[in-house]
Amino acid sequence: MATSAVSHSAAHGAIHVEKTGLWSWITTVDHKKIGILYGATAFTFFLIGGLEALLLRIQLGTAENTFLTPEAYNQLFTMHGTTMIFLAVMPLSAMFFNYLIPLMIGARDVAFPRLNAFSYWVFLFGGLFLNASFLFNAAPNAGWFGYANLTSKQYSPGLNIDFWVLGLQILGISSLAAAVNFFTTIINMRAKGMKLMRMPIFVWMSFITQVLLLLAFPVITVALILLTFDRVFGTHFYVPAGGGDPLLWQHLFWIFGHPEVYILILPAFGIVSEILPVFSRKPLFGYAAMVFSGIFIAFLGFGVWSHHMFATGMGPIADTVFSLSTMLIAIPTGVKIFNWIGTVAGGSLQMRTPMYFALGFIAMFIIGGLSGVMHASPPADLQQTDTYFVVAHFHYVMFGGSIFALTAGAYYWWPKMFGRMLNEGLGKAHFWLMLIGFNLTFFPMHFVGLHGMPRRVYTYPDGLGFELMNQIETAGSLLLGSSFLIFIYNVIRTSRRPADAPADPWNGATLEWALPSPPQEFNFAVEPEVHSRDPLWETKRERGGTLPEPARVSSAGIHLPNPSYWPLIAALSVLAFFVALLMFAHTGPWPMVAAGVMLFFSVCKWAFEPAG
Amino acid sequence: MSHATHALEHHTATGLDNRKVAIWTFIGSECLFFASLISTYLVYKGRDTSGPTPDEILQIPLVTFGTALLLFSSLFVVLALNGAQRGNRKAMLGWLAATIICGLFFIGMQVYEFQHFMHEGLKLQTNLFGATFYTLTGFHGTHVTIGVIWLITVFITALRGKLPPEKALNLEMAALYWHFVDVVWIVIFPVVYLMK
Amino acid sequence: MTEHAGRIANHAPEAHGLDAHAADHPGPGLYLKIGIILFVLTAVEVLLYEATHRGWLGEWMHTFFVPVLLILSAAKFALVAMYYMHLKQDSKLFSGLFVFPLIIAAVIIVALIALFIYHYAFERTLA
Repeated sequence: MATSAVSHSAAHGAIHVEKTGLWSWITTVDHKKIGILYGATAFTFFLIGGLEALLLRIQLGTAENTFLTPEAYNQLFTMHGTTMIFLAVMPLSAMFFNYLIPLMIGARDVAFPRLNAFSYWVFLFGGLFLNASFLFNAAPNAGWFGYANLTSKQYSPGLNIDFWVLGLQILGISSLAAAVNFFTTIINMRAKGMKLMRMPIFVWMSFITQVLLLLAFPVITVALILLTFDRVFGTHFYVPAGGGDPLLWQHLFWIFGHPEVYILILPAFGIVSEILPVFSRKPLFGYAAMVFSGIFIAFLGFGVWSHHMFATGMGPIADTVFSLSTMLIAIPTGVKIFNWIGTVAGGSLQMRTPMYFALGFIAMFIIGGLSGVMHASPPADLQQTDTYFVVAHFHYVMFGGSIFALTAGAYYWWPKMFGRMLNEGLGKAHFWLMLIGFNLTFFPMHFVGLHGMPRRVYTYPDGLGFELMNQIETAGSLLLGSSFLIFIYNVIRTSRRPADAPADPWNGATLEWALPSPPQEFNFAVEPEVHSRDPLWETKRERGGTLPEPARVSSAGIHLPNPSYWPLIAALSVLAFFVALLMFAHTGPWPMVAAGVMLFFSVCKWAFEPAG
Repeated sequence: MSHATHALEHHTATGLDNRKVAIWTFIGSECLFFASLISTYLVYKGRDTSGPTPDEILQIPLVTFGTALLLFSSLFVVLALNGAQRGNRKAMLGWLAATIICGLFFIGMQVYEFQHFMHEGLKLQTNLFGATFYTLTGFHGTHVTIGVIWLITVFITALRGKLPPEKALNLEMAALYWHFVDVVWIVIFPVVYLMK
Repeated sequence: MTEHAGRIANHAPEAHGLDAHAADHPGPGLYLKIGIILFVLTAVEVLLYEATHRGWLGEWMHTFFVPVLLILSAAKFALVAMYYMHLKQDSKLFSGLFVFPLIIAAVIIVALIALFIYHYAFERTLA
């Protein structure tokens, strides 16, 4: 985007001074600020979840250890899982959805900026609600998957499960609102010429993720409602004594749970698919195949859920059907891996930090995928299930996959978001320490799992041969944790340097690199028009290789949505409603009604205030 | 929800209004919500060993009347929308009022039905039928209630003269939600009441 | 990537849409007809129910009752969706936004019923 058209529309008028200060963050409806809020909050929860993991590893480092009581252990592994999935990986992805989607499609903001802010605040309050349980020594303690009927009132009489159920419902509201928002944004706010098959692949993967969110979250909402009714009203949905079946919970949970894991990995696929081409100086290999394999994974992802239930005795027909569908889903995943390799092969590799993490992602994800395919066989899975073999599998795909990719994305887009490049040397140190620590922690789990070490148990007996592996795993986890100290140090050190990063430090292909680092509040002064999948590469080719640094221009004449505090107040009402529901047994229904009225009032105010 | 003047009425990539895309997206998502509740109902159907059964307690005539009410309310709201789009204020207000009244009567019928059943010994906790029945129809009723509240706010907006044809989308969104609620009942009615 | 002078074009989709659609939108007459059909279909459902359970149409009706009922409901569903919700006249995107989740929903309902039928049957042979 050259300066000529920009200066044409921005001839006079002062440069728009963008507000800073706490109030501007509280009332912001700007997708970029909201993205940063998501990122900062999610990273904090990630560190908390990591701390929880380290405590678990200390406990498991020695046989028959007494560092943690069984109850403490149960709370920690439950919160570790719940935190990492719902409060870390998903919102870190949301950070990228928020920051990048409008920029990549050439839009000024998302379709519903205030709804976007609402989603963030509800997420924050949901995370605080869940973690507040620690204050009451009642953190959730029945696993992130909450199997019935351990979660019934009879076997979990305390507030632990109530915190879990209601916390997840709050988070579900956040995710659903955001999914409607991003889905509409991607469908409706693409710049001229950006046909669906010209969108950046990150936008495609995000789009598919929103569809999964929209279809999967209602199912867990119902599963949790039924559990709430069992616990609060004494129904027997999952209680055998009353005719109910705990298996219903498992089905409903995993109908959500399996699409959920694709929700966790597809954005990572998208990030890596953006980074590899740029650092190989080659377009993505097989764009169409990447899109269609993503769509196929999402669709088929609704047909594999009972592979989490091979040990429940569903019978040979169900086992076979789900085994076949699970093996089938490995195919589009394999297509993606080959396409990534095809992108890198023959490219002019720029070995910078984002590329390290992206390549690390490929290797780690392949390992995780292989153990996943091993689970697809019911007889094999019967031995693997409930052992550390499964723990190894999902950490390879969740950490080796999602976290490596999200970290790659952080290093890659950091200059765009903050106007500063993170230090390369520290970045590479982070990578190596993380890679080594990660593999030391999780690779031995394959062996120890196949040797029979069960998961979700606070200790193991002496003399079964698990000690050495566990010690290695614990040592590895400490290395893994410290790799993030390097990252934090890098962030702090970088924040003290001047914000002088260029618009396009990596020679990027997509529209966000055409804007100053960081972009002005309105993103594009003029709506871009797009003619190819790699619009910036195309423009640079036309102009002889590089583009001049884009100027910051006046925002005169550009309409921006007004900031608003009603999304925050509405989010508080949602929190109030669920706190009231938590206390229902003590306080009756009236606090809930009051919260409902507050919600109605704030939504009306929101709906009737001028939008911009 | 009703909106004030949407100052950012931009040209969109599909030519369709963002809010209309959003409401359909939300409706699509809600299909899965009700599918889960209906699945639970069907999976537990006939599994009770005690307590009132559907045969004993469900009253077809009353519910048929309620079903008809809901169907007609869909007709009324689409006539209201038609009026709104053509700037026919009387038609819009009149048909919208009719829709709201039908909705209120439907809710009234359900409240009466629930009270009657509880009197007959079917409570939420009594057996699986109680649990699945009240949960499925109760959440549907909650959606009806939210729909009625939404329609009332649109009605008030229209009464104040703030619903000209250019803003008919505000009514259309509420109407689409209302039709969805009706369509869910079109599935619940036979599944719960007629398939015993 | 070419530039446009000026900012994103202002567009009033509703007014535009109204003009374009007024011609092919069904009028009140059609809505009323659909309403009557819906009422009649409901009456047929209820009559079929009575007929089946009182044996007016013979014992074999019991096997056909549920499928016929589902077909009648599906017809009502489709009529409301296509005409009242305007899916017939509107962009196919909206139909897609509705139909795709319905397909997933149907798959889930059918799968759960099948899984539980087996589950319960298996349960009995143990006892």
